[in-house]
Amino acid sequence: MSKSIQELKDFAKQVRIDILKMVYGAKSGHLGGSLSCTDILAVLYNNILNVPKDWKNNPDFEKRDIFVLSKGHASPALYATLAHCGFFPTDELKTFRKLGTRLQGHPCLITKLEGIETSTGSLGQGLSIAVGMALGKKLDNINSKTYVLLGDGEMQEGSVWEALMNASHRKLDNLIVIIDKNGLQIDGETSKVKNIDPLDKKLESFGFKTIEINGHNFEDIEKALIEGKNSNKPFAIIANTIKGKGVSFMENNAGWHGKAPGEEDYKKALEELQNA
Amino acid sequence: MLKKISEIQSPRKAYGETLVELGKKNKNIVVLDADLACSTQTCMFEKEFPERFFDAGIAEQDMMTTAVGLSLTGKIAFVSTFAMFASARCLDQVRNSICYQKANVKIVATHGGITVGEDGASHQALEDVAFMRNLPNMTVIVPADYTEVKQAIKYASETDGPFYIRIARGNIQTIFDEKEYKFNPDKSVTIKEGSDLTIITNGEELLETIKCAELLEKDGIEAQIIHIPVVKPLPNDIIQKIEKTPLIVTVENHSIIGGLGSAICELTAENKPVKVLRIGTNDVFGQSGEQRTLMEYYELTAEKIYKKIKGILS
Repeated sequence: MSKSIQELKDFAKQVRIDILKMVYGAKSGHLGGSLSCTDILAVLYNNILNVPKDWKNNPDFEKRDIFVLSKGHASPALYATLAHCGFFPTDELKTFRKLGTRLQGHPCLITKLEGIETSTGSLGQGLSIAVGMALGKKLDNINSKTYVLLGDGEMQEGSVWEALMNASHRKLDNLIVIIDKNGLQIDGETSKVKNIDPLDKKLESFGFKTIEINGHNFEDIEKALIEGKNSNKPFAIIANTIKGKGVSFMENNAGWHGKAPGEEDYKKALEELQNA
Repeated sequence: MLKKISEIQSPRKAYGETLVELGKKNKNIVVLDADLACSTQTCMFEKEFPERFFDAGIAEQDMMTTAVGLSLTGKIAFVSTFAMFASARCLDQVRNSICYQKANVKIVATHGGITVGEDGASHQALEDVAFMRNLPNMTVIVPADYTEVKQAIKYASETDGPFYIRIARGNIQTIFDEKEYKFNPDKSVTIKEGSDLTIITNGEELLETIKCAELLEKDGIEAQIIHIPVVKPLPNDIIQKIEKTPLIVTVENHSIIGGLGSAICELTAENKPVKVLRIGTNDVFGQSGEQRTLMEYYELTAEKIYKKIKGILS
């Protein structure tokens, strides 16, 4: 059942709190890029994707939609989203990044965590994997969709453009590419490190129907994803987002890309997220 | 086991023919290439099953990860290009997207070694086995001839997980009899018994080694020849076989660093220290030249190996 806007807001709020707790608990992890894509994942998993929560036990497993987190460092956002959707117990979130965990620093297929479709982490590979999956589903005549989320910094990887070229060459109308454009990467502003703009024109010239949205507006996100789902050609969504969204002192601050908060910052951040 | 009548055949063609055979039996076999389908012989599969063949164009990284995606939807993905590009160009893709998650992707790399010939150093993969042997979950096979390529490809298709199979460019004399030889990944293959030394080899060098042993025999030196098609994981019967010989010589169409020679040194150093002479390219890049000329120059022919062995024995 689809969630209302208010329900999505509540869901995302809880996910953000868990992202913070996970990174604080692990004393490491990527807050900024997890918080920027939280709202997108909330809409995807609650209102768009047709994925069985009982995962491989479901008889229709092969017919499911696929989601690939190409920006694997946003794993806290994905793990918390999956847990709150019921793929695995939320209690397991505490094990994030600890020895023996199924919740590796970056998504890992072999730990058999329910909901994980592929290992990612080395940037620039998830889109190409998603293209292969979309091709595989076409070969099997399965009418499902494959969604993939990339970071805007990740668009600097040449292999991303190889994959985009492949997707449009093969007319993959079952592929939806989402770019979490938070404008920041480790070394600073993406526009200054190595400018990727005009991204919309680049994607369009590569054969993608491209739209640009506010990646924190639930209605926008849902509308865009539905349009993507019904598109008859490869579809790209540029989601303008705020890195560190929800925590005032982390917002638009590249310093919070891959850093865990100390106790004081943690308490402040938690209070802000709880009162949102 | 050894073929009685001499016949020159193309190991690459063995690959193409086997793909077609497998494709007929199993609709889950898919094949990817990167603009070299006629060279690698995947074009034979393309002709039969165009809907299951994907040309990545000149984009090897994309080819590897697309194959991963296909494998994750239940396909058995064969991926081919030259050994140079299959190993070095997309090593990160092979490591992180194939090996790390045990993707069912079979990398079949043709044009391995110095015998690529005239194209020169940029196309002569002399380090590929070293790159691939380092990766957890990867099985590395260097077949010797037409017969063994066929059987290794079939084995890979039936065995879940990542493979790197290295095939030579040139046509070579077929050593193994198609009916009698049974490829066994868990066993090394004793080609000839001998107690004076053991020569360990694979790939194109098996033929040179057999000829070399004949030269040694004329001098009264009995060499044991062991062929090891699976460089990783090494079969566990090697130590037992080399126990009686005081010298081991490894011969490979690859750098002496990181390949078969290194693997044998690691094995013997830990289990049965013995003198090992590694023959291969000696930490250098190759160059242009005719195949046979290059083998002479880099001392990979039977005569050159013979001279080296005589040198160390005297």
